[in-house]
Amino acid sequence: MTTTQPEQSTVDISIFGDDIVEKAQQIIARYPVARSALLPMLHLVQSVEGHVSQAGIAFCAAQLDLTTAEVSAVATFYTMYKRRPCGEHLVSVCTNTLCAALGGDAIYAKLREQLGSDGKPLGHEETAGAPGTPGSITLEHAECLAACDLGPVLQVNYEFYDNQTPESASELVEKLRNGEKPAPTRGAPLTDFKQAELQLAGFFEGRDPADNAGPSASIETVRGAKLAQERGWTAPSMPDDAPLPALPEKK
Amino acid sequence: MTENNHVLTPVLTKRWLSPNSWTRHTYEQLEGYSALPKALKAHPDQLIELVKASGLRGRGGAGFPTGLKWSFIPQNDGKPHYLVINADEGEPGTCKDIPLMMADPHSLIEGCIITSYAIRANFCAIYVRGEVLHCIRRLNAAVQEAYAAGYLGKNILGTGFDLDLVIHAGAGAYICGEETALLDSLEGRRGQPRLKPPFPATAGLYASPTVVNNVETIASVPYIVNGGSDWFRAMGREKSPGPKIFSLSGHVEKPGQYEAPMGVTLRELLDMAGGMKDGIPLKFWTPGGSSTPMFTAEHLDVPLDFEGCAQAGSMLGTTALQIFNETVSVPWAVMKWTEFYKHESCGKCTPCREGTFWLTQILQRMVRGEGSPSDIETLLDICDNILGRSFCALGDGATSPITSAIKYFKHEFLELCQQNAAAQPELAGASS
Ligand SMILES: Cc1cc2nc3c(=O)[nH]c(=O)nc-3n(C[C@H](O)[C@H](O)[C@H](O)COP(=O)(O)O)c2cc1C
Ligand code: SF4
Ligand code: FES
Repeated sequence: MTTTQPEQSTVDISIFGDDIVEKAQQIIARYPVARSALLPMLHLVQSVEGHVSQAGIAFCAAQLDLTTAEVSAVATFYTMYKRRPCGEHLVSVCTNTLCAALGGDAIYAKLREQLGSDGKPLGHEETAGAPGTPGSITLEHAECLAACDLGPVLQVNYEFYDNQTPESASELVEKLRNGEKPAPTRGAPLTDFKQAELQLAGFFEGRDPADNAGPSASIETVRGAKLAQERGWTAPSMPDDAPLPALPEKK
Repeated sequence: MTENNHVLTPVLTKRWLSPNSWTRHTYEQLEGYSALPKALKAHPDQLIELVKASGLRGRGGAGFPTGLKWSFIPQNDGKPHYLVINADEGEPGTCKDIPLMMADPHSLIEGCIITSYAIRANFCAIYVRGEVLHCIRRLNAAVQEAYAAGYLGKNILGTGFDLDLVIHAGAGAYICGEETALLDSLEGRRGQPRLKPPFPATAGLYASPTVVNNVETIASVPYIVNGGSDWFRAMGREKSPGPKIFSLSGHVEKPGQYEAPMGVTLRELLDMAGGMKDGIPLKFWTPGGSSTPMFTAEHLDVPLDFEGCAQAGSMLGTTALQIFNETVSVPWAVMKWTEFYKHESCGKCTPCREGTFWLTQILQRMVRGEGSPSDIETLLDICDNILGRSFCALGDGATSPITSAIKYFKHEFLELCQQNAAAQPELAGASS
């Protein structure tokens, strides 16, 4: 981030219209203290611009009565706030140890090649295609995504694609480039990065309620539960009306 | 101590097999929200006593007794109290809380309501890592359903108890799983740990008394209310009672989530998970994420509970069993984990910020085949300077893979240094 912050008043924040101001106010209303709204509000800003720009920072500062320096310090701390405009889709490949050992590193290398140009592989957080245009893709390597039993995993706009191989990942990305939106293994039908950011800000209105459905639990998730069912293993049964302990004596 | 008659004991995971398990309808069909009226009829202090008696210990890694933590909240202090759920799940290998919230979000919400009532909180936040959109979606929908049913909001079930619950998406920072960094992050700041004391119980969110608990911890509460403490203690071991979700990942035939009583062993779990993938022998594994010192094939019979793991030189952590077979290079795996800690170090204190940088440099050099045996001593020296001297447990955790790897697999580091890789069977990653 730049060290010479332009004054709030000099940055044009008109890209954030009344609807976004209204949403920002709704976020603030969720919390006992307004500043807690900052992280969701930065997600909201990304839903408009596809990254956190100087205007986005100035907008949050104005909404929360903070300085732009204060907002900048927060925005730069977190990996999910992008400093450069993202593609229509953000593809995140887990390259933490476990996924890497199962092929995550190979997947990432394959996608870098595939999305690179002029014989140069695409770098971390770089975008193939003009950011925001259909089929543009920002690629990143990610840390453990809490899906290790389904590794190697990748995400598109934070929806899970489990048990990937370099081939399946390559095919997926090819489809995204061509404007297709293959369904995630677990999750809602794919939208785009900006729409995902709007949902991370806590706004689900206008989305199909069926979004919430979809395959939730993979085979891996329910393996233990299924095995127990097959073998008739259960937890000890609960007593009918387990008493609560007596109220402790007051000192 | 009670006998473990059951190999798997699905309690938290029991509903996951049911269709639309994430809906209020399914949850209520399967005893959901039946603990809530019982709890709200009781005195809050009775619930704290109950959870103390159950012996429930935190499932977020440290194993702190949950009832005791709740009892630290000062009462009649005139300040608002808060419950904050740690759903930041980011410890490498850990993958239990996200599936739980995806498959059965109402169990967490019911636990939140009961816990908030016990500690006299009227505001609860679930801090979920941002990268799990579907999970966040499910939680939001479940919260709305709970409001609509009168389980959240004003005058819950006509008892006069009020609770607001918000789902808060994080933004990608492992350190925000550390409870005080999480609170700073929830306050809209950089997620950096706070000096303790004061502890969150006295000065937590907005400097008010706050309980921070893990997802699995709080999801266990409704079952304890319904089943009682003796029922809960009928599973697991005396000092580590109850069922626990064990997450098996890596080179096993059937990776996944297995809920067993505390004290189960990897041998038993592997047996259920169909053994090692393609029969290739086990080389090393973590009992509870990358921050817990690794184990080897010698540790197949270590009871996986807090005491058992500690006695064997590691920690139970988050019961994230990452299993690696003989094809994986230990120095390479350690290098990858160390790169993670370097990336996630929040930079607040020097031993961790500088230390993880130097550790990464050295390990990368070794894996490239350019290290020297003295590098091993340097690694241990740096770890010595981080362990116990860093501001939070991230620094300590960063040393675990390195020191444990050198303890069990020093020869592999030496072999890399001697650049005799050509004479060795090629190990995955060793030359990358
Ligand atoms: C670097 C670091 C990351 C952590 N990440 C998590 C996490 O993602 N989830 C969690 O519940 N606890 C995490 N913890 C532990 C928390 O600080 C805290 O002990 C826990 O949330 C307390 O809940 P419990 O008593 O229910 O386990 C982390 C700790 C450290 C030092
Ligand atoms: S140990 Fe690391 S993560 Fe923890 S406060 Fe220090 S620099 Fe930050
Ligand atoms: S290591 Fe990839 S999801 Fe955990």
